[in-house]
Amino acid sequence: MATTHGAAHAGQTRRDFLFLAAGAGVGIGAALTVWPFIDSLNPSADVLALASTEVDIGKVPLGQQLTVLWRGKPVFVKHRNPEEIEKARADDSASMPDPQKDAERVKKPEWLVMLGVCTHLGCVPLGNQGPYGGWFCPCHGSAYDTSGRIRQGPAPRNLEIPPYAFLNDTRIKIG
Amino acid sequence: MAFQSDNKVIKWIEYRLPIFTLLDHAVGTYPAPKNLSYWWNFGSLAGLMLVVQIVTGIVLVMHYTPHTSLAFTSVEHIMRDVNYGWLIRYIHMNGASFFFIAVYFHIFRGLYYGSYKAPRELLWFLGIIIYLLMMATAFMGYVLPWGQMSFWGATVITNLFSAIPVVGESIVTLLWGGFSVGNPTLNRLFSLHYLLPFIIVGLVILHIWALHQHGSNNPLGIDKKDSRDTIPFHPYYTIKDLFGIAVFLLVFSIFLFYSPNFFGEPDNYIEANPLVTPAHIVPEWYLLPFYAILRSVPSKLGGVILMFAAILILFVLPWLDTSRVRSAKFRPVYKQFFWIFLANCLLLGVVGAKPPEGIWVLIGRLATVYYFAHFLVICPLVGWFERPRPLPTSINEAVLPKAAAAAGE
Amino acid sequence: MRKTILSLGLAAVIGLVAPAAQASEGLALPKLSWSFSAPFGTYDRAALQRGFQVYKEVCAACHSMSLLAYRDLQDLGYNEAEVKAIAAQYEVTDGPNDQGEMFQRPAVPSDRFKAPFPNVQAAKAANNGAAPPDLSLMAKARVGGPDYIHALMIGYENAPAGFAMQPGLNYNKYFPGNQIAMPAPINPDGVTFADGTKATVDQQAKDVANFLMWAAEPKLEQRHRMGAQVILFLLLLSVVLYIAKRKIWSDVH
Repeated sequence: MATTHGAAHAGQTRRDFLFLAAGAGVGIGAALTVWPFIDSLNPSADVLALASTEVDIGKVPLGQQLTVLWRGKPVFVKHRNPEEIEKARADDSASMPDPQKDAERVKKPEWLVMLGVCTHLGCVPLGNQGPYGGWFCPCHGSAYDTSGRIRQGPAPRNLEIPPYAFLNDTRIKIG
Repeated sequence: MAFQSDNKVIKWIEYRLPIFTLLDHAVGTYPAPKNLSYWWNFGSLAGLMLVVQIVTGIVLVMHYTPHTSLAFTSVEHIMRDVNYGWLIRYIHMNGASFFFIAVYFHIFRGLYYGSYKAPRELLWFLGIIIYLLMMATAFMGYVLPWGQMSFWGATVITNLFSAIPVVGESIVTLLWGGFSVGNPTLNRLFSLHYLLPFIIVGLVILHIWALHQHGSNNPLGIDKKDSRDTIPFHPYYTIKDLFGIAVFLLVFSIFLFYSPNFFGEPDNYIEANPLVTPAHIVPEWYLLPFYAILRSVPSKLGGVILMFAAILILFVLPWLDTSRVRSAKFRPVYKQFFWIFLANCLLLGVVGAKPPEGIWVLIGRLATVYYFAHFLVICPLVGWFERPRPLPTSINEAVLPKAAAAAGE
Repeated sequence: MRKTILSLGLAAVIGLVAPAAQASEGLALPKLSWSFSAPFGTYDRAALQRGFQVYKEVCAACHSMSLLAYRDLQDLGYNEAEVKAIAAQYEVTDGPNDQGEMFQRPAVPSDRFKAPFPNVQAAKAANNGAAPPDLSLMAKARVGGPDYIHALMIGYENAPAGFAMQPGLNYNKYFPGNQIAMPAPINPDGVTFADGTKATVDQQAKDVANFLMWAAEPKLEQRHRMGAQVILFLLLLSVVLYIAKRKIWSDVH
């Protein structure tokens, strides 16, 4: 009696294991199949290849701003005049939502390079406007100072600094 | 009989929308004949391929551009730059062929076992309509990469309608949206290529509904009598279908990964050029028999009529076949003619791939005549004169001796 | 009866369809064994680099490869700096600049291969009315693929006596119709390979066929690798499902 019961039990276990293996096989196969379809939605090779862009900044007059397209978004290249630099540095210790020193935001003080995308909901802020003399976002009223730091309004963070490098005095590479 | 469950969520939903009862009837307790052979796997395989085509198609559309100046390069963009784009595109391209392979097995299984006979005529009709829509969808899909074969295939197929007397030319202009196949044509074919698969899904649901009204036919072709003749669909046929799917995907994978252009034409890797027609223009393999019939008739209108008649004749088959026995298993004479008919269809396929010259014209005409003779002459006459072998009294009885013999071993 | 008819039918289909494409195109192509043909086949990187050199120094004078970008060359085994250097050898048109004018600049890896002619009309005008076709997909766009490309390169000879040649065309024994607008493109030692391989016509033809196959099917290696994994998985799954099916059905039969 005991042996038959044991044999039946062993058979039961084998059967369970078999169905578990079959079920797991189908499940794993289905799950692995999903990945290529999801990954196909990620940026394709040609999009990634365009991830960097070179800009000639030699002709931007003092106090003016050049706007270039990088990864489909505007990048502000601002040629700051001494007053703007001074103003930005003077506010380094002021109270602000996302405290940052002006020196941390630039490679050369006269060139401020940052993404022209409001950190609130992605609109493009207007230059030389707003209470802090920097940028002002028309969508929901966020005001940035001459260093692109958020000083007032709903935006949570300072305007983002993209990766960039000076190739020489008049050319920068963004990305 | 309602679906039983102790799960509170299921009960809550079930009380408001009896979806679990519906599903349980469809793929759970649905009583299926216990003697279905592996030839009955191709229905679920065709269903699987429809889903595969829709899923891959939706992802491809996210990267494809339906414009004559960009279509070809956007397909190559998918093949080269999109992550796994080559895989998804090759699945879609070969999936079309394997969809047709599954459906052709499914159709010929129906022809062999008399699945079109009463009371399953409407089930059969729905199947023919699905098949027609599949051919239309496949043709439109073939146009989208905008290669040479796409362009000239579209030109030839749309020109079929110019055979219609009086209004033919106007209809073709309407189809093109211009004076030749061009950007408006590509756009509308793209739109319809996206639409038709969902209509096919709707028809497949009707097809399954009609199937479940009287249940599946079976290799013996006799009606089920009581519960001893049937087994629940789950787990018996769910596991059998899963096994069939794994084997089918195995064969599919061999082509997909090691010969992805086997079913394709080299000319479709040349961008469409309205000034040059390729030397050999042939449709995809699944359309070849009908292409052969089209070319066998020396009259433009006659060829078009005969080609459509070749498919439409399937609608009358339930009445052209006069035998009361369904399965060819018990029809010694029809069985022979079935295999000759299958060989004749394959021969028509060969003729369709050949240039219409020399001996092939004659062979094509003979095979075309035989194709129609099979339905119009052989099916009625064999039904009248053939003496079928005796039918077993029930499915269970026919299956049991085998089981008894197996137990005796 | 059933088996006879079916096997006859199958034999007919296989026997008749297979040679259909080649039947009317004359001489059979020499079949080579390519490193990428086998199920686990990969591209021969050295051959690809030599083939690219042949394309760059010979074919590119007339043939575009507009579907390829310089960045794709990393696949041939070049590193990022080498690809940048290759791209920089070409001047491409960009713009418009701030003055609204188009300007020339050195190509970068994200640029597509520079075409020898600005448009089809210019290509036709420079080549007696026959525009040289784009080579990006050539290895998939011709029956025989790389075998055909290799054969075409070595197939030039003098027309047989009595063969009526049209003016301006060249005799090639592997070209359908035998009269081809392109003059024999490859010369012995027409290029100097950096790896010291002797640049015979046959060697250059093989290398350029390798390169064009890669250009037409750059994901072949990934495809072969994934195929082996998928097929192995499906084999195992089929066995497990078959045993499970037998088990479930054991009480029916």
